[in-house]
Formats: sequence, structure tokens, C-alpha cells
Amino acid sequence: MTAPPTTADVGPDASVHRCVGSITIARAASTQREIDAAPDPLVLDLSGVEKMDTVGAWVIYRAIRDRGAKVVGAKGDVEALLKRAPEYDRPTQVRPDERPGHLRVLEELGGWVVDAGKTMVGLVAFLGAVLIGFYDVIRHPKRIRLTAVISRFDVVGVRALGIIGLMSFLIGIVVGQQGAVQLEQFGAEIYTINLIGRITVRELGTLMTAIMVAGRSGSAFAAQIGTMKITEEIDAMRTIGVSPIEALVLPRMIAAVVMMPLLSFYAMVMSLLGGGIYVWVDLGIPPLTFIQRLQEVTPLRDLWVGLIKAPVFGFIIALTGCFQGMLVQGNSEEVGTKTTAAVVQAIFLVIVIDAVFAVFFSQVGWI
Amino acid sequence: MSDDSIITIRGLRNSFGEQVIHDNLDLDVKRGEILGVVGGSGTGKSVLMRSIIGLQVPETGEVQVLNENMIGREEDEAKNIRRRWGVLFQNGALFSTLTVAENVEVPIREYFPFIKPPLLDEIASYKIAMSGLSADAGPKFPSELSGGMRKRAGLARALALDPELLFLDEPTAGLDPIGAAAFDDLILALQKRLELTVFLITHDLDTLWAICDRVAVLADKKVVAVGTIEELLALDHPWIQEYFNGPRGRAAAAGLKGH
Repeated sequence: MTAPPTTADVGPDASVHRCVGSITIARAASTQREIDAAPDPLVLDLSGVEKMDTVGAWVIYRAIRDRGAKVVGAKGDVEALLKRAPEYDRPTQVRPDERPGHLRVLEELGGWVVDAGKTMVGLVAFLGAVLIGFYDVIRHPKRIRLTAVISRFDVVGVRALGIIGLMSFLIGIVVGQQGAVQLEQFGAEIYTINLIGRITVRELGTLMTAIMVAGRSGSAFAAQIGTMKITEEIDAMRTIGVSPIEALVLPRMIAAVVMMPLLSFYAMVMSLLGGGIYVWVDLGIPPLTFIQRLQEVTPLRDLWVGLIKAPVFGFIIALTGCFQGMLVQGNSEEVGTKTTAAVVQAIFLVIVIDAVFAVFFSQVGWI
Repeated sequence: MSDDSIITIRGLRNSFGEQVIHDNLDLDVKRGEILGVVGGSGTGKSVLMRSIIGLQVPETGEVQVLNENMIGREEDEAKNIRRRWGVLFQNGALFSTLTVAENVEVPIREYFPFIKPPLLDEIASYKIAMSGLSADAGPKFPSELSGGMRKRAGLARALALDPELLFLDEPTAGLDPIGAAAFDDLILALQKRLELTVFLITHDLDTLWAICDRVAVLADKKVVAVGTIEELLALDHPWIQEYFNGPRGRAAAAGLKGH
């Protein structure tokens, strides 16, 4: 393969570039640079090439195609590879077409608006489907999937006890500590108990539980259902005649609606425990005094305010989680984006509804 | 261990918990051949392939690929061997967030970062054309492709680095007979042109007859026989007889002879 270059058919003013050794993908970039550096008219002498692969052939072919280079000394495999290169010269786009920047901004903006509108409509439609599902199940109570519901109770409720307990306990301490620092300046540290009692029972117990459940269970609902969409399990269910709303969505909705008040109550108790321990240790208020004072300053109504919101929040979390899961289509990245959307929407809606509740309760005089 | 053997497996043992998949399995793949691997479901065809390409670490045994020992290799060294083979997974295993052309570019970018876009894009186009996809498939995402196109795109990616060795896991599964026959032809043509060695797992009797030089039969936790189909037919192993002489096996054989 190392015969001397044939210069018979090479013009006198042509620059001859000798390619030697192996012209393969590993040397594609450097070979391309060498060829680019050689002046026109170009003659490529391939007699010294020992090894060539398809990428090497492509680099040589480009020089022939784009610069009209002549090739001499190609033999055997090298010649065969070069001969076949034009067969595959069908340029393909690497990325889909893109519009210029300013148009893209407009397009995306429009896309968001349309998507937001579609999401709203879709969510309402999904809510309708869920309510119809509920109605059917109530008419035919045998169709409730008890095992599924109970296993969801376990996942959504029982297994969340540890993290929600710890979180609430710490929140109780933080509220107590922050309150005490401020109130001590007026010598009114006893009011720390009012603060702890009212804010955790009325607001934080339920709200923080909702955020934790949205993060733990809302995301899981979206990811589970989304994955089932991708693997066509949902389609399989439909074909068999199992309603995915009944089999997948309702157990999750029921679990979230039932577990949220229970978890919220538990969170309230843990917050009070944390706050109580804090005021005992830091302010020297004994537990008995804490409990007595708590009874005096926290009306039972606060507990109702906290607990009435809980199932509504649970409903919203499960609804957005299942809805976003059902929206998943196509690739695995979708599961991620929809899961994120489920959590963000759930927390956002929970806070919006919480504000609505706050206004409502103050208007009806439950202050 | 002869010189012309590109994959050598000796005494391979794989098990998952109690369940032993392979026990004392030996296999040689010769340079330049298309070796079909057949076996009933659960005989560990895919596990065998995963053991060879290093996705599954066998319990005991020796695996040599391209004259390099693959067991217990450092990742850096294994990388250099890995770029000499291409793998087509059963469902293509394309990266779903990249377009077909970008998928083909991934291995090239990884190993040869010096190759810059104009040339890189042309190489991707070249490989896409080579795998029999039309040019408009390049900017599409895997979710927009049909099953057959996805396999071709996976093949284009497997061929990106001009491999010496190609692993195909059920390349024709899920394709219609015309598509499957076209894919068989494509593999055969590419194998001839690029001088590939092909390790092919398949259930497709037509594929076996049409393109395989030799067939390895997995049963009883090892390779019970390797040879041309005619050689295998001469054996009286019950599974082999049932496989090749069952109604489907006879139809496939008749189909080939009719050509």
C-alpha cells in the first residue's frame, strides 16, 4: 500500500497533498484541517493510506465535492469506500427549523397563554370526570377499590407521619422563638402562647401539611400516572374496560381528602408540642400553664377553621397531581415536567384557596 | 482462543439471587461473521449480550472482546474498547430529548470533540442515509418516529463510530414482515460493506435463514450448539428440533429455498 505517488495525471500547477497512514474518524478533524490548508487546484494522493473508514472517506469526498479535488492512488477498500460515499450524500437537517428571536418570544408568549387556557379547561373537564366517577362509585359502592384506597392511605398518610411530625415540631419551635424575641421587648412574652396556639392551629398546621403532601404525594401521583401513560398501561386499562378514573384517580383522591385533615390535626399537635417545649425551656413557662393558657386563648373555632380547609387542600393536591399525570405524552422528560407542574400548581392553588378561606372566615366573623 | 475470534467467552456464570441464568457458558464469535443467538424466552440472551458489553458483571468467567479482557477493567480503558463496537437496543434506546441527527452525533462528540459542526452534521447525515432513513428524519424527535424508523435511527447511532463489532438485540421484533426483510437486507449490506462482525439476538426465523452465517442456541444455561442451520438440524436436541422443524421453522426454510 505504500507505492510512490502517481503523478502521471496530475497537472503541473496542482498542489499535491499526500494522505498517509490511517484516515479514520480519529484523524478526521486534523485531516480536514490539512486539506483546508492546501491550495487549489488540489490533488489528493491516497497511495499512502493504510486504513480508511467511512468518516475518512467522507472527508476526502467533501474535498472532491466542494473543491473539485482530484484523487489519485486510491486502491482496493479505499476506492470502494470513496465510490460509495456519494450514494449517501443526502444532507439532512440536524435540528428542527427555528424562528428568529423576536418572533420566538411572541410565539412562546402566545403558547403560554394558550397552554394556560387549555390547562384550565382541561382541569375543569378532569374535575367533571372525577365527580362523575365519584357519583358512579356512590351509586355502586361495590366498585370502590378498597385495597387500592387503603394502600393509598398508607402511602399518603401513615408514611408521611415521620416527616410531617418533625417538620411541625420544628415549626412550633421557630414560631415560639421568633415570637418570644419580639414580645420580650414589651415584657409580653406570655403572649407567645397566643401566637403559637392561634397561628399553628388556624393556619400553619394545615398549610404546611398541604405543602408537604403536595411535595410527597402530589408529585408521586403525577409521576406514577404519567409513567403508566408512557408505558400504555392506561390505554390497556381502557381497552379492558377498567376506567382509569375509578382505578387510579379515585383511590388517590379519597386518600388525600381523608388523610389531609388527619395529618393536619397531627401537625397541629406536634407544632404545639414543639412550641410548648420551647416556652418551657426558654421562657420558663411550665407545661401545665402552657396548656391552660392555650385553652383560654385559642378558641375551638380555630381548630375548625384549620380542619375545614384540610380536605379541600387534599382534593386540590390529588386533582392536580392526577390531572398532570394524565397529561403526560410522548417521552420520559414529560414525566418530569408534569410532575413539577403538579407540585407547583398544587401549592399555588392551595395558597390561593387559603387566602379565599381567610377572607371568608373573617367576613363571617370567625376571627 | 483462535486469532480470528472477536469475542471469546469461557466459563461464564450469571445469576440473579437463586436463579442461575448461565452456568459454565462458552462461546466464540469469529471475525466477519453474523452470529445469530436464539433461545426460548428467559434463557438469558439479553443477559449474555449485557455481559459481553459490560452492562452486567458476571459472577465468574472470562469475557474477551477484540482480544481485550473485559472483566474488571477500569472505566477509562473500557471506554477505548467500547468505541469499537456499536449496540442497537431492542427499542432503539434513543435519547428522547435529542433529535435523530443529534442522537447520531452523541458518540462522535463524546469521543472526538475536535470534529466541528459542519463536518459533524454531514457525518450524521451520512450515517442516517446509510441506515436507510430519509433525509427528513434528521430533525425529528424519537417520539415522532415509527417503530421501524426508531430501529434504523438506533442503527445509525450504533454505526456512528464505524464499529468493528455490532450488537443487535432483536432488531426485527415489532416490525412488519416487509420492514423486517428490508432491515435484514440492510444489516447484510452494511455488514459486507463495513466488514462488520454482528452479534444478533433474534426470534425471527426468517432473519436466521436470510442473514446469519452461524447460529448459537442457548438452552440449559449454556450454549448447547453453534453452527450453520443445516448443522443444527442434524442434531437431535429436542428444543432445536422443535424450533427449526416446527411449523414456523419449516415455513421460514421453505421461504428461503423458494427464492
